[in-house]
Amino acid sequence: MYNFTPLSALTGGIIIGFAVVLFFYTTGRLAGISGIFANALTSKLNRSSNLFFLLGLVIGPIGYLYLTNVTINFEITNSYILIIIAGFLVGLGTRMGGGCTSGHGICGISRISVRSIIATITFIFTGMLTVFILQQFGMYL
Amino acid sequence: MSEKIFSLLSGIIFGIGLVISGMTNPEKVIGFLSITHNWDASLIFVMGGAIFITAPFFYLLKNRNKSLLELDINLPQKKNLDKKLIIGSSLFGIGWGLVGLCPGPAVSSLALFEPITLIFLVAMYLGVLANKYI
Repeated sequence: MYNFTPLSALTGGIIIGFAVVLFFYTTGRLAGISGIFANALTSKLNRSSNLFFLLGLVIGPIGYLYLTNVTINFEITNSYILIIIAGFLVGLGTRMGGGCTSGHGICGISRISVRSIIATITFIFTGMLTVFILQQFGMYL
Repeated sequence: MSEKIFSLLSGIIFGIGLVISGMTNPEKVIGFLSITHNWDASLIFVMGGAIFITAPFFYLLKNRNKSLLELDINLPQKKNLDKKLIIGSSLFGIGWGLVGLCPGPAVSSLALFEPITLIFLVAMYLGVLANKYI
């Protein structure tokens, strides 16, 4: 398998899990990031809390990279137009479907929500299909 | 005040987890979605690791009415499957597969000061607004 990193993936996942638990245990809300992002920008309800969470999402990695001197790879080879279309679909789709990888994929599945399980299967399926189609045009190979 | 501090702290821990997991790199996500070519299963371990922690806690906390900070517990009440769930999740998956970014990593990637993530986030915000008019 190409570039398979189970140990760091599992470690990162466990840390993410603790973050979700901490957020829920203290604020009573689920750490679904598409919802936090959308609400922070469009709703006054819990706005400061949402903005602080988003701020943490950015300064956490900045602090971690600064303290550990790790460099992380960030490779996007797409054109700007594709990035704009993708961002738009992610914003529209997550709000219409009520969640993303964190809200449905982590929080929802942990709560054994049928809606979230179906949503997760759906977006992984269309994501895989999209990558497959792009590969037929020579991308991502 | 403490709500803001705990929100910030949760975000910081979440962001560090994302970086360690490798999911801030769109190439890793595309590797997972590329099921027929050099498949990289790492993302399953990220979700699995997170669920391994969250599932027992949600189970233990499920009968609480108030959070530690005396805030109302706010959980989704919808139970039925509807068109919006399926269409929305399908569109999200297409956008996810096009570039390899979902909302969490897109926000955390701002830490890398790559202008591309800012463009992605602005487009994502426009998508959020578009949903309000549908």
